[in-house]
Amino acid sequence: MSTPKPKVAHPSLPRNSLGLTRRDYEGGMSTLCAGCGHDSITAAIVEACWGLSLEPHRLVKLSGIGCSSKTTAYFVGEAHGFNGVHGRMASVATGANAANRELTYIGVSGDGDSLSIGLGQLAHAMRRNLNMLYLIENNGVYGLTKGQFSASADVGTKSKKGDANTQPPVDPALLALSLGAGFVARGFSGDKPQLVPLIRAGLSHPGFALIDVLSPCVTFNDHEGSTKSYAFTREHYHPAVEADFHSGAAADFIAPAESISVDYREGEEVVVPLHDGSHVHLKKLDPGFDTSDRAAAYAYIAAKLKEGQYVTGLLHADPAAGGDLHAANRTSATPLNRLPFERLSPGAAKLASLMARYR
Amino acid sequence: MPKASHPQERLNDFTIKFANVNGTGSASANALVMKAIFRMGVPVMGKNYFPSNIQGLPTWYEIRVSKDGHLARSGRVDLMLAINIETYAQDVKEVSPGGYVLYDSTWPRSAVLERQDITVLGVPFAKLCNENFDGVRNRILMKNICYVGALAALIDIDVEVIRTLVTEQYSKRPKLVDANMKAIDLGYQYAREHLPCPLPLRITRLDHNQGHVLIDGNTAAGLGCVYAGATVGAWYPITPSTSLMDAYRGFCERYRVDAETGDHNFIVLQAEDELAAIGMVVGASWNGARAFTPTSGPGISLMNEFVGLAYYAEVPAVIFDVQRVGPSTGMPTRTQQCDILLCAYASHGDTRHVLLFPANPDECFHLAVAAFDLAERLQTPVFVLSDLDIGMNDWMIRELEWDDSYRPDRGKVLSAEQVEKLTKFQRYADRDGDGIPYRTLPGVGPKGAYFTRGSGHNQYGLYTEDSAEYQQVVDRLKRKFATAAALVPRAVVEGPGTRPIGVVSVGSCDSPIREALGQLERCGVALDYLRVRAFPFGAEVEAFLASHSKLLVVEQNRDAQLRALLVLETAVEKAKITSILHYDGMPMTAGFVTDAVLAALGGSDRRAAAAG
Ligand SMILES: Cc1ncc(C[n+]2csc(CCOP(=O)(O)OP(=O)(O)O)c2C)c(N)n1
Ligand code: SF4
Ligand SMILES: [Mg+2]
Repeated sequence: MSTPKPKVAHPSLPRNSLGLTRRDYEGGMSTLCAGCGHDSITAAIVEACWGLSLEPHRLVKLSGIGCSSKTTAYFVGEAHGFNGVHGRMASVATGANAANRELTYIGVSGDGDSLSIGLGQLAHAMRRNLNMLYLIENNGVYGLTKGQFSASADVGTKSKKGDANTQPPVDPALLALSLGAGFVARGFSGDKPQLVPLIRAGLSHPGFALIDVLSPCVTFNDHEGSTKSYAFTREHYHPAVEADFHSGAAADFIAPAESISVDYREGEEVVVPLHDGSHVHLKKLDPGFDTSDRAAAYAYIAAKLKEGQYVTGLLHADPAAGGDLHAANRTSATPLNRLPFERLSPGAAKLASLMARYR
Repeated sequence: MPKASHPQERLNDFTIKFANVNGTGSASANALVMKAIFRMGVPVMGKNYFPSNIQGLPTWYEIRVSKDGHLARSGRVDLMLAINIETYAQDVKEVSPGGYVLYDSTWPRSAVLERQDITVLGVPFAKLCNENFDGVRNRILMKNICYVGALAALIDIDVEVIRTLVTEQYSKRPKLVDANMKAIDLGYQYAREHLPCPLPLRITRLDHNQGHVLIDGNTAAGLGCVYAGATVGAWYPITPSTSLMDAYRGFCERYRVDAETGDHNFIVLQAEDELAAIGMVVGASWNGARAFTPTSGPGISLMNEFVGLAYYAEVPAVIFDVQRVGPSTGMPTRTQQCDILLCAYASHGDTRHVLLFPANPDECFHLAVAAFDLAERLQTPVFVLSDLDIGMNDWMIRELEWDDSYRPDRGKVLSAEQVEKLTKFQRYADRDGDGIPYRTLPGVGPKGAYFTRGSGHNQYGLYTEDSAEYQQVVDRLKRKFATAAALVPRAVVEGPGTRPIGVVSVGSCDSPIREALGQLERCGVALDYLRVRAFPFGAEVEAFLASHSKLLVVEQNRDAQLRALLVLETAVEKAKITSILHYDGMPMTAGFVTDAVLAALGGSDRRAAAAG
């Protein structure tokens, strides 16, 4: 399952600012079903990391359990990965980030992993504003345990056997908006041009970024009557914001030096700043949609959901939204795992004087 | 006053029990008495028996004064401060013959409850305080302080010592010093005028407490985490472990805040539950920080899945289990040693974990440090199993000391330079033959990256469902556990080791057992004693078990969990073992041990023990 892909970089392959090709951001061979939406998301992550020129070993990949959670083995093979227990990726990410605030953290989870068994941990990671990109590969079912409804299954959607779901779904985007996440987006595994810039922006957001990616399960949830099939998603998905790919291949990504020259069309674009000072440039398809207004975004998404439309794109971004976990705790700028022992252990003399308190 | 059969003088050797209502401030008054006796150089034990409640229920505090330095419960009550009207009848019953009751005579008690073999003394505490203080809350608080004064007169505690303690306590609020001293004086003067002061139960100054402190195990363990260099603490509040994290945070605020920037060289994460707390510890330890979580039985139950992951994926984790009475919520404020098996085999599948068993706050401090070294050396979860009695009661121990030459053992972590020299990093290979593989930390460099997983993996860290590859890894884990047996702290053996009968025990059973061994020896029964301090058991444990023809295993749980672990994990012959079990939730007394040992030994055993 972790068969490494042979790495032969063709000399003509494009290189990023680190001199790396897209191949350098790949991981092991996927073992998912052919056509699984999750594989397309893996490809989008590879593209986004390459595009951001992330140093592969500075990335930390975390996941829970599920088909979706397996995918952290399929991208950026030169990054440490942690495939933990079902539904608890957020806590491992919290501890890891607490220990070293300098690395970039990406978590990949499923709708089962995040919205049922892991709902508590997801919610609290958001409350802590943990600095990470948390990506849910949402297919409405538990793929790995063979197709039971998950907590994101819509009312009325049919299982492969024909049973209809009756319980209302948990919408991760609405959840994230109500819990105060500073970056909330929704994508579709079948729309890579939209998804890649969202991932870039999410990786760069200085706090908790949630991307809910609709990702059809071809084996258990791609039939007629399912609301998470490719066909249904294509029909009902409503890009409110998307990357502006019309003005050239890399137009969504503007390097710092170029940014001044961008023709900024007020009201038509969303510009998300990246960690290195550059920006992701997203085109608004729905001019009435305001991504900076949490409440408005919530109302808009909820209204569209009622009409049976999944709003996609960047739904809410507030890079200034509160401090992250470390800001709230005033943790030292030097990562805790690098503080020398001498600065941590008070020493014999201090202990001796402390003992006076207990006499 | 009825005539009582007075005992002979009990100088520096008696037990006082305080029957209070919780939430009234009695705890600080009682602690004041204990500390005053301690400052007078007389060895003292204090134990708190409190309800799982915030205000209004009965609570007791017991102080044993022991010139011989016995730190276990005595099992007697020589002086009962019966302050709680609700439990008065029960409290009076508990007094040992010849003992005393001191109560609030603002409301005189009917003679019905009085016993002929004890002396009842009254001080109108409420009346005195109502006449001298304003405010309902204040009067309640001062009533407690007032009985400290009366007690000082009755048992001859030096009022100047009390004054010094009060002054220290309220150094920033001098008004409170005056109010407290006024209350103390009221009680003191009243007792001197109306009661036969001092009683035959008396304190006289000794000089036995040089170099000693009064400290609880959770404070010592939290301090140990600071000294060990732990930077990440994650927890979810639960009695009786909460004060461990409070202590860690408090010491960090003192020692780990950068004077210039105000930056914190630590982080305390209050998790949403214990599953998250252990997940955070695993994540932080995996990423190279020393991380820990304090909890109690219910928390351990929740942590099981992660503990198995940490075992199999070989991630360090330090877990403090301050044990309380189970099963389920049980009695959260009572003590037991009931999680031994739970921790030894926590999580599904073949798992075995390193356990450390402190017996007192000194060991809480030092074993906390050892736990981090072992967890990182062995890349595995390490449990420190103390209990409520050790964790939450103040114990008299030798001052904690620190060796400045100590450096943490961070284990086999490859540096960036070492990683660069590798042709290929093999995460789970046994290169040194000790069962311990090498690990790398995230960010170390492209060549050091690997994928950590709880699913089947081979020695390279790659996913596998291949039987031979799977087995190779779990067999190495078994060898690693054998390595652990040589690294964990040795058991403590007392006695010549050549006696035919041996007592085997663990943790907080230590003080009652030591006292009992003395009592038994005076009755002509001489026993060897082994106190286990860690699991896996070292060779010294195996040798002790083999060399004694009869073993008495003393522990504080119903199901003889230590005995079960010994039977499972050593070559000991089951038939040699007799269990002595104490599990009512109260700390064991020496008398209990002595009686149980005598009951367990037949005539031939007694003769053998006498010969030995
Ligand atoms: C504690 C626990 N319970 C149950 C399982 C079984 N299990 C494995 S994956 C999974 C559901 C995964 O669903 P999802 O997160 O949506 O991932 P998908 O496979 O659909 O991508 C379940 C229930 C488990 N691994 N652990
Ligand atoms: S079962 Fe579904 S989710 Fe799992 S790999 Fe196959 S298509 Fe993807
Ligand atoms: Mg799913």
